[in-house]
Amino acid sequence: MSGDFTEIWVYLSTSPLLGLTLTLLAYQAACWIHKRLGGHPLANPVLISVALLAAILLLTDTPYATYFDGAQFVHFLLGPATVALAIPLYAQWPRLKAMAGPLLASLIAGSLTAALSAYAIGAMLGASRESLMSLAPKSVTTPIAMGVAERLGGLPSLTAVLVIITGILGAVGARYLYQWLRIEDHAVRGFAIGIASHGIGTARAFQVSEQAGAFAALAMGLNGLLTAVSLPWILPWIETLFAH
Amino acid sequence: MLSALTLLLVYQLIGEVTVRALGLPVPGPVIGMALLFLTLMVRGGPSDTLRGTASTLLQHLSLLFVPAGTGIVLYGDRLGAEWLPLTAALIGSTFLAIAVSALLLKALSGRSTQAEPRQ
Repeated sequence: MSGDFTEIWVYLSTSPLLGLTLTLLAYQAACWIHKRLGGHPLANPVLISVALLAAILLLTDTPYATYFDGAQFVHFLLGPATVALAIPLYAQWPRLKAMAGPLLASLIAGSLTAALSAYAIGAMLGASRESLMSLAPKSVTTPIAMGVAERLGGLPSLTAVLVIITGILGAVGARYLYQWLRIEDHAVRGFAIGIASHGIGTARAFQVSEQAGAFAALAMGLNGLLTAVSLPWILPWIETLFAH
Repeated sequence: MLSALTLLLVYQLIGEVTVRALGLPVPGPVIGMALLFLTLMVRGGPSDTLRGTASTLLQHLSLLFVPAGTGIVLYGDRLGAEWLPLTAALIGSTFLAIAVSALLLKALSGRSTQAEPRQ
């Protein structure tokens, strides 16, 4: 019997089927919990799914690469889903156009705040230079953030973790912040979370409404672009300010 | 559904090729999104199938971040020695950025939407 079990486990642990199925099961369980708790933002589906899967991988001693062999089929859909953001963007275009000036001002202020406050808080609490450079681009989508971190002299792999945590923090906490600040407009709510918390924030915004999602998608795209272009020359200058 | 998914992949492909050909600093799918947006502006909107497929994909956008998010198991120990400055910086900067963007946008757009109906 135990021989059979080992054989089955060897099959499962080398086939992509298990990683893919576990990802979908964990997500469905997370959505069920999210729904049962009345859509509570702390019961964020990404947070619960990642926690479940990380626990399974650690308990069964499964390497992440083996898991990703299966999960990559889900990961791959991020590409076409990003392209699909054009559709809600098009639907919201009249409002986006009417708010163009304020949106641009908010984008620049929010983008700078995200990078510079992360740098400043980290520097004041004694983070190493490598960590600070990995921290600065963490509000934008993973591929851009990793590229910027590399150019600044940070660790791209550390940036990848910081990006994910930033996304989950925004998705979990934004609602409380908005209640406290009395921000009700879904366009404003979406745009701000898209600036600070990239795709994971945008996914949360789509759960709230299509308008919030469209504004978040726009903010995520624009902040990615702005950060890629501006941070590599702004940050060295900030660094000399802090050195004095 | 299949034709819409094919269309999305074609735009992603054009985006990836453009990014590599021109050495742009943004991911290919973002360029694909911009190009599809321009196409929709010219054509005057998406077809019903494209709208349906896009809304199905975007409804489950959270799911698509799960595989990359689980990658946290690889780097957990990276946070180790400097967990305090890193955690404080992440929490502080994320909420500051949301607050600054939202308050500024509310203040500026409030003024412009108040001015418009009077015209």
